[in-house]
Amino acid sequence: MGSEPITLTIRPAESGKKWSDESLERARRIMARYPEKRSAVMPLLYLAMAEDGRLTNGGMEQVAELVGITPAQVLAVASFYTMYKRERTGKYLISACTSISCMLTGGDDVFEAIELESGVPHGETDEEGLISVEHVECIGACGGAPAVQVNYELIEGVTPVKARELVRWLQQERPATINTDEMQRHFGGRRSFDWAVAEEASAVGPYPAFQPFGTVGGVGEGE
Amino acid sequence: MSRPLVVTRRMVDHPTDSHTLDRYQETGGYEMARRSLDMTRDEIVETVKSANLLGRGGAAFSAGLKWSFLAPDRPAYVVVNADESEPGTFKDRQLLERDPHQLIEGLIITSWANEANHAFIYIRGEYPKPARRVQQAVDEAYAAGYLGEGIFGTDFDLEVTVHLGGGAYICGEETAMINSLEGLRGEPRLKPPYFPAAKGLYMKPTIVNNVETICNVPHVLAMGAEDFKGIAHPEDTGTFLLSLSGHVNEPGNYELPHGLTWREIIYDVAGGIRDGNELKTWIPGGASAPWFVPSLHLDMPLTKQATADAGSMIGSGAVVVMDETTCVVRAALRLVRFFAHESCGECTPCREGAPWLEMMLTRIENGQGRPVDFDVILDVSDGISIGLEWPPKMTTICALGPSAVSPIISLRDHFGDEVVAHIEGGGCPFGRVEEEEVVA
Ligand SMILES: Cc1cc2nc3c(=O)[nH]c(=O)nc-3n(C[C@H](O)[C@H](O)[C@H](O)COP(=O)(O)O)c2cc1C
Ligand code: SF4
Ligand code: FES
Repeated sequence: MGSEPITLTIRPAESGKKWSDESLERARRIMARYPEKRSAVMPLLYLAMAEDGRLTNGGMEQVAELVGITPAQVLAVASFYTMYKRERTGKYLISACTSISCMLTGGDDVFEAIELESGVPHGETDEEGLISVEHVECIGACGGAPAVQVNYELIEGVTPVKARELVRWLQQERPATINTDEMQRHFGGRRSFDWAVAEEASAVGPYPAFQPFGTVGGVGEGE
Repeated sequence: MSRPLVVTRRMVDHPTDSHTLDRYQETGGYEMARRSLDMTRDEIVETVKSANLLGRGGAAFSAGLKWSFLAPDRPAYVVVNADESEPGTFKDRQLLERDPHQLIEGLIITSWANEANHAFIYIRGEYPKPARRVQQAVDEAYAAGYLGEGIFGTDFDLEVTVHLGGGAYICGEETAMINSLEGLRGEPRLKPPYFPAAKGLYMKPTIVNNVETICNVPHVLAMGAEDFKGIAHPEDTGTFLLSLSGHVNEPGNYELPHGLTWREIIYDVAGGIRDGNELKTWIPGGASAPWFVPSLHLDMPLTKQATADAGSMIGSGAVVVMDETTCVVRAALRLVRFFAHESCGECTPCREGAPWLEMMLTRIENGQGRPVDFDVILDVSDGISIGLEWPPKMTTICALGPSAVSPIISLRDHFGDEVVAHIEGGGCPFGRVEEEEVVA
């Protein structure tokens, strides 16, 4: 290819800032997990969200540069998937399932309770940037319906009362990290199946808490 | 009732640590992977084929037969489909969280049998916890020398990459998944080629199998084809995981042999209907499957053939049970909404048709339906899947479009009077709150 890729700026870049060396190193390790660089676009987009709290134009430009495609091509991919949030998104993203099994067991009431308690309707974020609310399709927890996720960490067997408590807890306690076991204990009920052991890992923003570079280069480099 | 357990045996026997490498090995884990590397690839493919291991991702296609289609071009790839997003389905999540090494062992055997040195586990984005468990298990397997270069001291190399999806149901369709893995929009590919085994990832031969299918592979080899077939029903071999949800007393995942009747499944296994209510209808195999009703189907056995003969499918094994308090129009609307939301937009019948169905059902549910509306709905549905038959006729690139019509078929076949009651009565007889207006 040789020549520089055409950089199509979709909107004026907001950040212009480049990623930290640490993030660039992570990006390099992610790309090494795929036979072709472009395949790393999706995990790199999550990395971009972790950098800026949502997917910014600057983030997409950085991803484009890393994998050697244009920002427009990156936008084409990002806009296909619902989890790459390009709009302002709260520190806590509350996703309530209103798909069939949750609907049958009171999921609509749980969703409404979350909307009313937070004052945030579907698809929006509060003024402060603390809470975003959405109703979502099935999140694979139908045996413990109704189900809710905060930053994709799951709570099963939620009631409207517990849902309101969850919102107040987020608003008042402002936990630094979101842990599925902790939330399940306080706000959950029946589960699809026994989760076996408690888990340490926690989410820190409105994107999935998963680091895909544990095995780069084989043993020992994992985090 | 004691039932044979295959893929959930370890998590039942060792509820607290079935996901750890220590427990996995202590219970015989990785023995089959080790031994399989001494077997020829043909031998493994033949065994899986004659065991008639059926794919558990929805289509119930023979895994061994699929593997035998692998084109000679190299490199080849294996992709585990862990995108589980069909409403009602939550079985793969349990396998991922509770026994990730079982999946990795199955993946090693599958990769060896299909001459792949790089495999991917594509997990839906909303499953960070299962992804963490799997990544941890992958890391442990690398450290133990079961993945990476020269696994188990042989000269076979196998890299495994755990890939997180971005929240698009359509990426569960195998060619969409492959596009997604290539860093493209997750749009299904035009067929032919019908099987990624001919041309898949990077246009190279690729085997895509569901999590549960892969988890069964070590057991097929360990038991041998004959014993595996002997577990249950002569045609539908082995066990399968049912995800039971909705208005049952004991929702959850259950590993069952094929051939139980629906009465046994709903009343014995799932503990019957909540509050002693009457059973109204149930979805036998995920949101894409036409529904069953007690008057016709309760004493029918759950086999692939019987379900197909009755005009539906086992699909992803998701059983959603609805009792007498359920408004079926509303239930159908929720399902149609799902497909309208998840349509990737490539094909006009699906992209345009599903939202029209959603709008018209919303109108009926909210009491603004007109007498002709259901005919119009059937007409639009016929445009998506001609003849409204089962299995559906395709007008689209993938099966998502025709799936959107299943709830409509169900209303037409079993609940026409309830639709009419909505229209004539000016609203939902169950007195539910209004559905959100849909703006096209
Ligand atoms: C719209 C659509 C969604 C699908 N979603 C899934 C899924 O979430 N998981 C899955 O295993 N298969 C899914 N499939 C089926 C896959 O295309 C493919 O047949 C399957 O992964 C093959 O694996 P198996 O033979 O082991 O079942 C889906 C198919 C379609 C048409
Ligand atoms: S049928 Fe629907 S989801 Fe499938 S390819 Fe066509 S538009 Fe996309
Ligand atoms: S329907 Fe809500 S989690 Fe499946």
